[in-house]
Amino acid sequence: MMKINLKVWRQKNAMSKGKLVDYELKNIDPHMSFLEMMDTLNESLILRGETPIEFDHDCREGICGSCGMMINGQAHGPVAGLTVCQLHMREFKDEATIYIEPFRAKAFPIKRDLRIDRSAFDRIVQSGGFISVSTGQAVEANTLLITHETAESAFDSAACIGCGACVATCKNSSAALFTSAKIAHLVKLPQGKKEATKRVLNMVRQMDIEGFGHCSNTEACEVKCPQNISILNIARMNWEFNKTGGVLR
Amino acid sequence: MMVDAKIPEGPLEKKWSKYKAAAKLINPANRKKLKVIVVGTGLAGSSAAASLAELGYHVSSFCFQDSARRAHSVAAQGGVNAAKNYQNDGDSVYRMFYDTIKGGDFRSREANVYRLAECSLNLIDQAVAQGVPFAREYGGYLSNRSFGGVQVSRTFYARGQSGQQLLLGAYQALMRQVSLGKVNLYARHEMLDLVLIDGKAKGIIVRNLDDGKIERFAADAVVMATGGFGKIYYLSTLAMGCNASAIWRAHKRGAFMACPSWIQFHPTCLSQAGDYQSKLTLMSESLRNDGRIWVPKLNNESRAANDIPESERDYYLERKYPSFGNLAPRDISSRAAKERIDAGLGVGVLKNAVYLDFSKAIKEQGKHKIEEKYGNLFSMYKKITDDDAYQEPMRISPAAHFSMGGLWVDYELMTTIPGLFAIGEANFADHGANRLGANSLLQASVDGYFIIPYTIANYLSGELKNKKADISNSEFALIETEVSDRLKTLINIRGNKSSDYFHKKLGKLLYHQCGLSRSAKGLMEAIEEIKQYTEEFYQDLRVSGSVNEINAELEKAARVADYLEMANLMCYDALSREESCGAHFREEYQTSEGEALRNDEKFCYVSAWEWSKVNAKPILHKEPLVFEFMKPSVRSYR
Repeated sequence: MMKINLKVWRQKNAMSKGKLVDYELKNIDPHMSFLEMMDTLNESLILRGETPIEFDHDCREGICGSCGMMINGQAHGPVAGLTVCQLHMREFKDEATIYIEPFRAKAFPIKRDLRIDRSAFDRIVQSGGFISVSTGQAVEANTLLITHETAESAFDSAACIGCGACVATCKNSSAALFTSAKIAHLVKLPQGKKEATKRVLNMVRQMDIEGFGHCSNTEACEVKCPQNISILNIARMNWEFNKTGGVLR
Repeated sequence: MMVDAKIPEGPLEKKWSKYKAAAKLINPANRKKLKVIVVGTGLAGSSAAASLAELGYHVSSFCFQDSARRAHSVAAQGGVNAAKNYQNDGDSVYRMFYDTIKGGDFRSREANVYRLAECSLNLIDQAVAQGVPFAREYGGYLSNRSFGGVQVSRTFYARGQSGQQLLLGAYQALMRQVSLGKVNLYARHEMLDLVLIDGKAKGIIVRNLDDGKIERFAADAVVMATGGFGKIYYLSTLAMGCNASAIWRAHKRGAFMACPSWIQFHPTCLSQAGDYQSKLTLMSESLRNDGRIWVPKLNNESRAANDIPESERDYYLERKYPSFGNLAPRDISSRAAKERIDAGLGVGVLKNAVYLDFSKAIKEQGKHKIEEKYGNLFSMYKKITDDDAYQEPMRISPAAHFSMGGLWVDYELMTTIPGLFAIGEANFADHGANRLGANSLLQASVDGYFIIPYTIANYLSGELKNKKADISNSEFALIETEVSDRLKTLINIRGNKSSDYFHKKLGKLLYHQCGLSRSAKGLMEAIEEIKQYTEEFYQDLRVSGSVNEINAELEKAARVADYLEMANLMCYDALSREESCGAHFREEYQTSEGEALRNDEKFCYVSAWEWSKVNAKPILHKEPLVFEFMKPSVRSYR
């Protein structure tokens, strides 16, 4: 069993000022997941009549992209390639002090405590992150031949879970990794090439409108991406963007 | 009362085309005048909302998650079935129909299941057109794998993230309609009640989870795509937010609930390690293509798995079901695991698991091949357990997973409330008493893309001339007040126990008495205990905070309150069915070999339950299942 000291960011709403609050937890099983540790803390807060800590979470198997927090300054915590719901307490030392803060970016306003508003990501997808095909229009699936390598490469880009760790990790709060992964996923496939020009121009513009910063190639996003999305996607986005000359022809 | 599923006359393979040919249409100019509410943005909800918006209807779409892309379809791993017969291995629409009916233990409707198989062909085309990166052969053709309960390879997949990729396809289609102004999307809005006007579904009451405000929405029809309720067991493969509240509220407003106790326990999940645990992670069933399941032959085995010699291992699925082996259907595999674990042969610290062993496959195919097929699952296993499944077998156990039961719907996917439709896992329709692997993504998609667009028009054409529902109608005010009062009641209890405490307690009770196996005695005890839990809940619950703010605890408490009522119905459902079929195993009804003993003479029907009152016996209605094209047989996988 472990003893853990937490410093958790508490903030009532987007307008109010937040602060770090200390909590001490005893009897933490090292096999607990990080969020189960948070559940345990919340359970004790409820019974003490205090307000539990709000945090985003849902599937708890690393795929829905809901959870995300800065743990000791790192998005999703110290282990590479996973979301915070898959992080386990065995990764921390007994009597460790752990700082827990929300993902911070101008484009991700804080709702309460560790809960943030990531609807900017949805709006980026709305601006062009799709193939315009309505139900019923599709041709027979095997008439579109896609090599194994192409399909696998498109999948690598498509695996993004939209958690926002890339933004939180980037010193510029850039959404380049998120946006480029969708652009690359679709442009790698033959059925996605038709709208490539419009897509890259609109999605890049929307990224700017939302207030995300620019990419300055620090590559930090890739390091903290739970799905190991490669920064080569950003290179692909830039290439696709440059091909357009910046204007819709 | 008998309920009528309105199945079209005629030969099986013509029913759906006959229905479509006769169904009423609405011209494009008139579709613009009609509003549809779709609750839920999983594969069923997103595909329905996008498809209906493409047709020109005004769609409002709701989800409790902070983005439509996060609904739990995202977590489906294995794949989606379709009778394309790309493998030339004898597959066909009929074969898929046959496998699904048999897999469901002859407790589903022939017409629905045939339609599911028929529409599976279009779904793969649609998904590929959207850019879903399904696995491909080197020549560029689509690849397939095999799943439990079948002898062909008809499963299309995208590594172990098939649900994510299919959902993103539907989500992107939905986002396109949002950008075109055809869909109003309300994320972080939870449906808390249904509004009926003159007996028809005309709107919903929702709570904005970001500010706690209760809001009203009116429409000409309501589509529920709110998923399954396996989370009622607390420990399950579902997401923390999955719940029964939307369908439960619809049920209390008059929609019948069909076979709610038919819950599938998935055989390949990570076993529970402690009381703090919040979920049981699923490891895709596709693992059973290459993994071999076994337990030690001896009780009190203390050696590590690799130290137990072959001769002292019991590969019980291969032994008992030689023709299907490790790919026996889920209900059978789960029950067989429970039987071994209950016999004291379980493995792991808590003796609550069985081994899933890849050593033979690694020896035969090489580690790289196994890594390519299941790499993400092996790394997930390592992250959670800290053990390396390339070196030693995985420890797995069954966990609550999929609700075959749900809102009763007819062939048009309409509930017993006119204008209220239920699609995807939220309904009871295609899977009977046991769902086959990779059929859930299929059903969700087919319902949303290919069925509801036709059947909803058939209903809405009759609504064109009727007066439009308005949120200023007194029914909306009345139900909004009921919702607010209900939430205030929960907050005002101010007791000493959290909603998780009650949820865990209820889950444990259901797992033991209304889970993998059931008995009349256990179910009757459970019904009594649920009464006590309910009483304790309303006396000793503690919810912090208030209604008018972000309040995750209040959300949980409201869901648990509904689960308590739902649990009562589940137990009555299981109690009334004096036979064993699929996931429903009554200890009193089994063969001398311990297999399920179905009773077609007495129970060849769908139990459609009508709400009566809290903690009371619900009212049973029957929909007889008529098998015109397939003869119910003993479901043998030996």
